[in-house]
Amino acid sequence: MALALQYLLNALQLGSVYALIALGYSMVYGILTMINFAHGDIFMVGAYLAMWAACFLLGLNLTFPAMFVFLGALLFSMTLTAVLGVAIERLAYRPLRQAPRVSAVITALGVGLFLENFTLATIGPEPRQIPAIIPVQQLSWAGISFTNIQILIIIVAIGLMLLLDWVVRHTMTGMAMRAISYDCQVAPLMGVPVNRVISLTFAIGSAIAGAGGLLYGLAYPVLDPYMGIRIGWWAFISAVVGGIGNIRGAMLGGFLLGAVEIFTPVLLASSTYRDCVAFSMLLILLVFKPTGILGRPTFEKV
Amino acid sequence: MCLVWLVFSLICCGCSTRTEPEVRLGINAELTGSKPTVGDSCKKAAEYLAAQINQGGGLKVGNKALPVRLFIEDNEDKAESAAAAAQKLINQNNVLAIIGPNASGNAIPAARICEDNGVIMISPWSTNPKTTEGKKFIFRACFIDDFQGQVMAKFARQKLRVGTAAVLYDVASEYNKGIAEFFKKFFEADGGKVVAFASYTTGDKDFSSQLTTIKATNPQLLFLPNYYNEVPLQVKQARNQGLIGDIIGSDSWGSQELLKLGGQELEGAYFSTHYAPDLASPRAQKFISEYETCYGKKPDDVAALTYDAGLLLCQAIIQAGSLDRGKVRDALAQITEYEGVTGRMTFRGSGDPIKSAVILQIRDGQFKYFATVQP
Repeated sequence: MALALQYLLNALQLGSVYALIALGYSMVYGILTMINFAHGDIFMVGAYLAMWAACFLLGLNLTFPAMFVFLGALLFSMTLTAVLGVAIERLAYRPLRQAPRVSAVITALGVGLFLENFTLATIGPEPRQIPAIIPVQQLSWAGISFTNIQILIIIVAIGLMLLLDWVVRHTMTGMAMRAISYDCQVAPLMGVPVNRVISLTFAIGSAIAGAGGLLYGLAYPVLDPYMGIRIGWWAFISAVVGGIGNIRGAMLGGFLLGAVEIFTPVLLASSTYRDCVAFSMLLILLVFKPTGILGRPTFEKV
Repeated sequence: MCLVWLVFSLICCGCSTRTEPEVRLGINAELTGSKPTVGDSCKKAAEYLAAQINQGGGLKVGNKALPVRLFIEDNEDKAESAAAAAQKLINQNNVLAIIGPNASGNAIPAARICEDNGVIMISPWSTNPKTTEGKKFIFRACFIDDFQGQVMAKFARQKLRVGTAAVLYDVASEYNKGIAEFFKKFFEADGGKVVAFASYTTGDKDFSSQLTTIKATNPQLLFLPNYYNEVPLQVKQARNQGLIGDIIGSDSWGSQELLKLGGQELEGAYFSTHYAPDLASPRAQKFISEYETCYGKKPDDVAALTYDAGLLLCQAIIQAGSLDRGKVRDALAQITEYEGVTGRMTFRGSGDPIKSAVILQIRDGQFKYFATVQP
């Protein structure tokens, strides 16, 4: 029993990071029906930005409380990744908005490659370490071992998700986003500023990926320029499994994929089949429910 | 001084129209990818050696002294790029011999290309038996994983006196997989029991699932035959999961990066490697101090092994007195004893040297000599 709970806690930690990144995929798809494959690399940039901010704040030697350094790094990373997301949309995707959708997807892959290689060229290929912003405390309860970091990650991730869910459902901006995603041709006629809302969507999605970068960096403190690729794919599957375009679906998908990653090696006694299981799940799901678990079917309007 | 050598060798490389013969050596190194420190050490040690030879007037081949010219290729730490880099060095640069790749996953495919083309390849750091197995033109400067697995199994049983061990290894990498299997074989032959044998895939950062499974079997020892960029994460997560036993590893740990990324959790861990700077011979000490003044850091095992591989090759070229690949290969195969900076090597007809291993311990954030194990 304790063992099962231990696995579940591990899955929750990993799943919350996947869910944060899956949100960005889902939001952009919901509003532009485009898959932003550069999103995993925005997450990577977020992790590096958080590392800089943390190194800077800790380097000042002013004995800030740990929480202050954490929040400082979080805000710094979220702000700059938001700017990065908006810039990418402005420079790479907006000029192609009327082009066939495949052009935008290929551009997104190109932007991802650019971010990876730019980081490689400027920072170098050596793995970097996020400093221990918060001293690790080992806790144990009912036979389960966990750390304060794990709990922090899960709380911050779930907090951000609830906040986003509230923004989308209960604010004017959220309503505008939903309007564009419902019908992007009629929405501007109703006075919705389409470009501004799209920029905002990229800003929010990227900021959340930046937060994901910091949380991931705290849990797995070795950063490299290619770290975004694998996580990006897993988050993308999470978004599709949950129902791409649907925010609650992305969260559900993230936790589901976290569970697949943790439980496959347990049940099959080898981690070799993990990716195989995850991608098979995606295929089977798409055969039976092409819109994902929480996705609604769309109808071609005549 | 060293800079002068480097500039000198760069000028030599700069003129492409030269017609005089030269000794063309290829370097196939992991300059980018997940083990950039390995490639960097390999490149620096090779450049140091070439500069040293050229400074001394060149390499004596027959009755002429020829300059050494290096062609450095990045294999991106990928099997297919390692093979492509070998192809390029052979076909475009027409090299006499290739030093590298270092990681076994890259060295094995590159070795196949070199063997097929009849080009000598010496891997400084690839310890998997498959690299040289059944090949005529492939050599290495390090011991092999059978021996390393045996050394660590013996060390765990006899020095640390543990009865149960768990292994976590990268199933997608030839090196990690090979050494994990040899460790298991020898540990169990010695009366121990491997209670958990868990795997992951290159690039994974979360090992919590495997470590939870391992913790449930309550092992006295954890063996992590994995690369320096992954070990710190594994050790941290193992400690966070409440695993308290000894942790040991293999020569893939031997990079200063490990200490930078590892921190407090690595204190007290042991690993086997090729040489210990603490007990270097006078010749090795000269190499260590000159390398340090040149590049501002101590040579790691890859740098020392690359230097040895290069010297071994140069000796074979001098003995062959020719730049013919077949003749140099035969001369190399005839070397039976060689005293390098990483210790004495004995060759018995195969491309694999027989040499001793050292066990280092991480103490006070540094690699400290612990024991030597003879073959």
